[in-house]
Amino acid sequence: MFQKIAVPVAAIVIFLIFWEALVWINGWPNYKMASPSDLWPAFWKFRDLFFTMGWDTLWRTVVGLGLAVVVGVGIGMIMGFSRLMRDALYPLLVGFNAIPKATVVPIVALMFVGAHDFNTVLIAFMISFFPIAVSVSIGLSTLEPEYRDILRSLGASRMTIFWKIALPKTLPEFFGALKVAVTLAFIGTNLMEIVSPHGRGLGALFDSGKTNADYPLMFAVLIALAFLGIVLYYVVVALEKIFAGWAERSPT
Amino acid sequence: MTQPLIDIKGVTHAYQTQSGPLPVLDNLNVSVPEGGFAAVVGPSGCGKSTLTRLIAGLMKPDTGEVWLHGERVKGPRSTVGMAFQNPVLLEWRSILKNVLLPLEIVPTKLSKKEAEDRARHLLELVGLDGFEDKRPSELSGGMRQRASLCRALIHQPEVLILDEPFGALDAFTREDLWQIMHRVKEEEPFTGVLITHDLRESVFLADEVIVLSGRPATTQYRLKVPMDGPRDLEHLYTPETAEMLAILRHQIEIAQGRAPAESSEVAE
Repeated sequence: MFQKIAVPVAAIVIFLIFWEALVWINGWPNYKMASPSDLWPAFWKFRDLFFTMGWDTLWRTVVGLGLAVVVGVGIGMIMGFSRLMRDALYPLLVGFNAIPKATVVPIVALMFVGAHDFNTVLIAFMISFFPIAVSVSIGLSTLEPEYRDILRSLGASRMTIFWKIALPKTLPEFFGALKVAVTLAFIGTNLMEIVSPHGRGLGALFDSGKTNADYPLMFAVLIALAFLGIVLYYVVVALEKIFAGWAERSPT
Repeated sequence: MTQPLIDIKGVTHAYQTQSGPLPVLDNLNVSVPEGGFAAVVGPSGCGKSTLTRLIAGLMKPDTGEVWLHGERVKGPRSTVGMAFQNPVLLEWRSILKNVLLPLEIVPTKLSKKEAEDRARHLLELVGLDGFEDKRPSELSGGMRQRASLCRALIHQPEVLILDEPFGALDAFTREDLWQIMHRVKEEEPFTGVLITHDLRESVFLADEVIVLSGRPATTQYRLKVPMDGPRDLEHLYTPETAEMLAILRHQIEIAQGRAPAESSEVAE
């Protein structure tokens, strides 16, 4: 337990010292590279903005991710259970996923002018549902036939087999994908906030830092984003422990 | 003789593959009386597993009929218990909950308490008492297979289908499980079909050994094994057993096409 908390904390502290030293030794002014000691004043000066903007970023990421989970699991189920649908949908999905989402942002912003919350959620969703859909479909389609047979031979319906076996068996893959998706959704939200800012979200705060050449503010936003990202990631890890903890082998 | 409990009449089946139909069973006839235990042996890939899926109602034969207890099998039925080479236990459930799984599908008269007691009793019977609350990943291969056996028996099936359940175990564990099977059969009578590659296993466990020919499989030879109650491992080393094994080995060679065929007969 000590090692689990103390070691990462020590690593972060060492990293900050190294960063501070780097800036100090090179004598970089803070418009070239901000140092950790500049960050706290920058944060404190705009603390109200950090909290409201941070909240905007957070809730839009979570809603986008929630949508990605629902749609991703839905598509994954369709592709996992039907060979035909898998063959039909897979190239479409791969193609859609290959489009850099930065190019989709202006299109979405034009399509739904003014609906900023909706647009941001939409981009967060679009960028993050792919890994979920793929992992669920692979999890379902690679279910060993014996698992199905033990219930099917007793006359269980497809739905029963799904709930009792296929779904729980796919959970470890699902959470693996969710860890990737949560980071992606976060990138999606920020992409929208930076490329098409409406004065909302940490991305917009970053953008205003850029306009005002306030480098410490930009760096402080980066740190705030990293912090939110870590929080979201570990929420997913905690959920994984609760729902798919059985997949973790004990070290014995 | 009364009507057999499992009756497979003239079953022919072929799989549709990209290079045309692949016949696996050809006019196969197998019948097992109530309380009987038939072992099915034959060269690999000769359609033994197809046979189990037909009995379980997981597949329909192209032609021919499968009857269980005087009823034609048209689909899966709850009076069948199955165990495979892969124990397929659900990793997220305890051993006890794994054993209870079929009772969540099959209608049962047992209360929750009675069902649990029955599961505990079965686990004790196979020597897994004390492991009820463990996860499958904490058990060895042989123990998992024993739990899988309990799951196949929990709903008191009329027919127990064992598809090479001991195939992946080491020799000592396998012999252990053979003896457990005898104990189980005495306490929990069932009519069984055992698919196996192990001739010693077939004569030790079954009261009739059916040799299937190479693909497409048909009944090539049937050997009655005198069976009077549970056995111990000594039985494997008697001259009678050695003689039966020699006959079966010869029949397998014929099935593999390595020895000339002769007119098949039923040894008594």
